[in-house]
Amino acid sequence: MSLMPVVLWTDGLVFLLLALIGAFVLYASRHEHMRAPWRRVVRSRVGVATIVVLGFYVVVGLLDTVHFRLALDRQGDDSAETRYSPEVLSLLDLALSGLRERQEKTYSAPFATHLFVKEAIEQPDGTLLRDYPRLEYGGAHLEDPARQRGFDIAWRAAWGALQGLVIWALLTAGILWLIARSRGETPAATRATVLAGRTRIPWRTALATLGIMLVLSAVAGELALKYHILGTDKVGEDVFYQTLKSIRTGLLIGTLTTLVMLPAAVLLGIMAGYFRGWVDDVIQYLYTTLNSIPGVLLIAAAILLLQVYMSNNADDFASLVERADLRLLFLVLILGVTSWTGLCRLLRGEALKLREVDYVQASTALGVGHFTLIGRHILPNVMHIVLITLVLDFSGLVLAEAVLSYINIGVDPTMNSWGNMINSARLELARDPVVWWSLTAAFVFMFALVLAANLFADVVRDAFDPRLKGAR
Amino acid sequence: MSSDVLLEVTGLTTLLGDTVRPVRVVDGIDLEIRRGETFVLLGESGCGKSMTALSLMRLLPPSGRVAAGAVRLDGTDLLRLTEAEMRQVRGGRMAMIFQEPQTSLNPVMSAGDQIAEAVRVHEGGSRDRTPARVVELMRAVGIPDPARRVDEYPHQLSGGMKQRIMIAMALAGDPQLLIADEPTTALDVTIQAQVLRLLKDLQAKTGMAVLLITHDLGVVAETADRLAVMYAGQILETATTDAFFAAPAHPYSRKLMESLPGADKRSARLAVIPGRVPHLDQAFVGCRFAERCYAVMPRCRDQAPVWRDLETGQGVRCHLWGQAGGQPEGLTRGVADAVAAPETALEGASDPEAAAASMLQVRDLKVHFPIHDGVFRRVVGQVRAVDGLTFDLTPGRTLALVGESGCGKTTAGKGILQLTTPTGGSIRYRGDELVGLGHRRMRLFRKDLQIIFQDPYAAMNPRMLVGDLIGEGLQALGIERSRAGRMRRVAELLDLVGMDSDAVDRYPHEFSGGQRQRICIARALAVEPKLIVCDEPTSALDVSVQAQILNLLKDLQDRLGLAYLFITHDISVVAYLAHEVAVMYLGRVVERGRVDEILDDPHHPYTRALLSAVPVIDRDKRRSVIRLEGDMPSPSNPPSGCYFHPRCPDAVAACALSYPEETHLSTTRLVHCLRV
Ligand SMILES: Nc1ncnc2c1ncn2[C@@H]1O[C@H](COP(=O)(O)OP(=O)(O)OP(=O)(O)O)[C@@H](O)[C@H]1O
Ligand code: SF4
Ligand code: SF4
Ligand SMILES: [Mg+2]
Repeated sequence: MSLMPVVLWTDGLVFLLLALIGAFVLYASRHEHMRAPWRRVVRSRVGVATIVVLGFYVVVGLLDTVHFRLALDRQGDDSAETRYSPEVLSLLDLALSGLRERQEKTYSAPFATHLFVKEAIEQPDGTLLRDYPRLEYGGAHLEDPARQRGFDIAWRAAWGALQGLVIWALLTAGILWLIARSRGETPAATRATVLAGRTRIPWRTALATLGIMLVLSAVAGELALKYHILGTDKVGEDVFYQTLKSIRTGLLIGTLTTLVMLPAAVLLGIMAGYFRGWVDDVIQYLYTTLNSIPGVLLIAAAILLLQVYMSNNADDFASLVERADLRLLFLVLILGVTSWTGLCRLLRGEALKLREVDYVQASTALGVGHFTLIGRHILPNVMHIVLITLVLDFSGLVLAEAVLSYINIGVDPTMNSWGNMINSARLELARDPVVWWSLTAAFVFMFALVLAANLFADVVRDAFDPRLKGAR
Repeated sequence: MSSDVLLEVTGLTTLLGDTVRPVRVVDGIDLEIRRGETFVLLGESGCGKSMTALSLMRLLPPSGRVAAGAVRLDGTDLLRLTEAEMRQVRGGRMAMIFQEPQTSLNPVMSAGDQIAEAVRVHEGGSRDRTPARVVELMRAVGIPDPARRVDEYPHQLSGGMKQRIMIAMALAGDPQLLIADEPTTALDVTIQAQVLRLLKDLQAKTGMAVLLITHDLGVVAETADRLAVMYAGQILETATTDAFFAAPAHPYSRKLMESLPGADKRSARLAVIPGRVPHLDQAFVGCRFAERCYAVMPRCRDQAPVWRDLETGQGVRCHLWGQAGGQPEGLTRGVADAVAAPETALEGASDPEAAAASMLQVRDLKVHFPIHDGVFRRVVGQVRAVDGLTFDLTPGRTLALVGESGCGKTTAGKGILQLTTPTGGSIRYRGDELVGLGHRRMRLFRKDLQIIFQDPYAAMNPRMLVGDLIGEGLQALGIERSRAGRMRRVAELLDLVGMDSDAVDRYPHEFSGGQRQRICIARALAVEPKLIVCDEPTSALDVSVQAQILNLLKDLQDRLGLAYLFITHDISVVAYLAHEVAVMYLGRVVERGRVDEILDDPHHPYTRALLSAVPVIDRDKRRSVIRLEGDMPSPSNPPSGCYFHPRCPDAVAACALSYPEETHLSTTRLVHCLRV
């Protein structure tokens, strides 16, 4: 075996989340009342476009979630036991190993061929010259960068775009063929209806978005082979690589937090509303108290505690990655603790209403036990609220990570995250000339994710909110 | 065309929804309303009555549009006016009031301000006269002490008062035509009587015409001069009220009348109209009523009947009237099976078995809800929803609990089943005390005591299949543990309530109101109860569907010997179904007795007023309405002494002192009143 899988804490949670989503999909596909709103989601153009965009993020995030340690090459040593490198890598790291390894000395601008700062360069004749040295990797293949660079970039971009288009064409053909088969038409007829935008699911929009995303990715991939397309940071690490690595952090914070808080919010919220009396009093007391402590304070205190603990027990952590992961987990937990109250309160109100509804009364009259009743009548009828809240909360949490990391109580400083990138940009912006690319990269990637998530959330809310049903 | 025609509608067609598959909610309607008359548009829910009214006012929802036709008000074609001109007409020459006074008033404006706004729109300039005009209008609609009420907000007013405010606003522009869309449907009968009286008086004073929209034949009989029957977007019949009730010309009208419950039909089944109203998004070929018509002929299905004016002054749309003159023979067919032997009507009531051991004894039942207020949510008072209720119920019989909205009927029913916890009193079921039993111990009795709710839409979990819904009790009480056995039983139950067994795999929203109510009945029957609390099971349904449910309940009682506690405010249903009646006012029973005793010879002043307010079709049976002053007081703060004394026409000084003890008038009859 040349690699040993490593399951970090957050990886485990992600797998749990995937399993839950799978179960939910299975459940939803069997129940018309869940299927109908999702059908509305995939029939909306904004819906499918955002799904495609989010899909790209999710794929990157998932690739970055499969962790392992590579076996060390050991020439000439044939003892039975293989040794593994202490470095924990992910599939994404492996895929981007070029980017990861092509480290420069320090800052360089996007597409630069020279460093951003002057250095003393030893000339062949032994004299020293202060100038911008050539980059070790970025544009190293060019002999005369000043002349060749523009043409080279254009050519590579075109080549990348072509690759993207070919992949897209293959994928599209496959999808069209599948649609045609399920509808029992010839592919040509299907192509015509899709092109005319007459399909119920707006395939035209979906495929167009897919095309744009694929071409962009392919162009970026092709260029990244030879350049630092988003520049390098202070220690010369590729910023493009950092932004891609940050995707996992953002997604994790957005999803795992809700996973963590969900059981508490749903259980307590429904119990408070359904049982009322002292149960309600206790739960209300709990969340009113929690709500009146400023969230940032709570998070800061918890993170500081953890930092103290980790520095005192530094030996317990096998690797930096594990350490950072534990901190991420902790952040997720504490964010969960501060954010369950909103959903809990919503659900309490809904359960209060539902317990008086005739069908709940009817099943009480039929002698149905409390917990069966909650599971059968209350929970399915508040599911849409849970779902809407989750989707709406997601982008808020992604942004919260950025803010928390910026004030140093977010994820571990060694972990790639948009918040950390923005945090370091604080100093870079103060330089003259300004180092703008870290901030811009983080901003663009985060903006695209949050925008897509927000648009998607709107579509989901419209599809699930029973009050809007009549409006269509 | 005589000049006394005020509004003339020809070929009005209104479409709703998208252009691909529009719904023709109004399909070629012709109407004539004369000056000063009350014209009623009668029809079941969903037949397009309200859309007709909104089309006339040009107030259609955004997805609606008038596709064809003309609406002439005194010669002006309203459909050709610009929106600005139309605004002058609306509320000026033509005004409208709606069904829900609750939602038609702006909750953050005082009543006076809202009327003043309407006044200003139509009188323009003279601002200083506005307040005087507001008070004048409020007085005109019978609001007591108008000078004080101008500053009150909608939430401080009762439903009847709000409807009066709405009428006052409509009157602000001195309309020639007032369109009233089910103005009293949301109100109690005593309040309904007040509002209908008010409309009549106003009409006599101002000479305006009224277009009244309703589904209640009683209201039609008491108010209309002429009427039109609407069905599936078309008018099926027009007639003067007298002619209509003497001999309705259309098979649909006929069946509607026969499906009305009443004392004279007690021992018979009510006529039902099978099937349901067709969807309006299709193109009709033949007669729209053909699917449900008892007199259907082959040509009805492929040839749409044309409009025909009859010699009696009636007009009708039916092939039966194709041959000139005389009453067609097909029309009377199907009538015979409905009207049977009224002389046995009250046989059940004088039944010696009536004295059989009672199965449920309710004594002095009290259900109070605490009112919380302030920061610490301390209890500052009690809503005495049920405040001392006493009655007995014997197997196989029906006790009707009658009373106006908010008098505590539903609460009483839920209290008996321990769905709300009673505050005091005792409920004995076959000798066992139910009050104070916990959730667990009450389960022993759940099997015997069941409930059917008013709103069949809210009574079923929309997320569950019908099969699981009906089987829920079987499963919960461990009666039928295997799923296969449950499904077999469910199929039997569906059959029992007259539904196909393929319903098990469908969701509740796929059924109509009447079908849903059947499913609810099947669910209650699943555990083989002995007593069913029926909380207004038909008040959300149309008359023709109500007849189906009442027939079903009656059959089930005969076959299974069920006892019903039948909660209702509809006196005709009581007359048809009940053996005994208890009249409730403000959480207490004021009069109780056999149904014939109470309905024919009410003794308590409240019962008398209530019965007199019920609209009756038969002129000879009408009583002069006893007008009650004011509204029912709040149950959180009931008056001293006899709860009814502030409104009682017969009150004497002693009435305010103490609550009257019960007076037994016969073995079956008791009244709480000092003056009987
Ligand atoms: N859960 C509750 N909390 C507080 N007050 C309540 C509650 N339920 C009912 N009430 C009050 O108790 C009184 C009686 O209500 P109830 O629903 O029993 O009347 P009802 O006779 O069934 O009326 P309707 O004919 O409109 O159905 C009303 O004043 C109502 O506002
Ligand atoms: S036309 Fe035929 S189907 Fe229609 S109402 Fe008359 S008899 Fe019945
Ligand atoms: S006791 Fe007096 S107030 Fe009460 S109903 Fe009888 S007469 Fe009227
Ligand atoms: Mg009620």
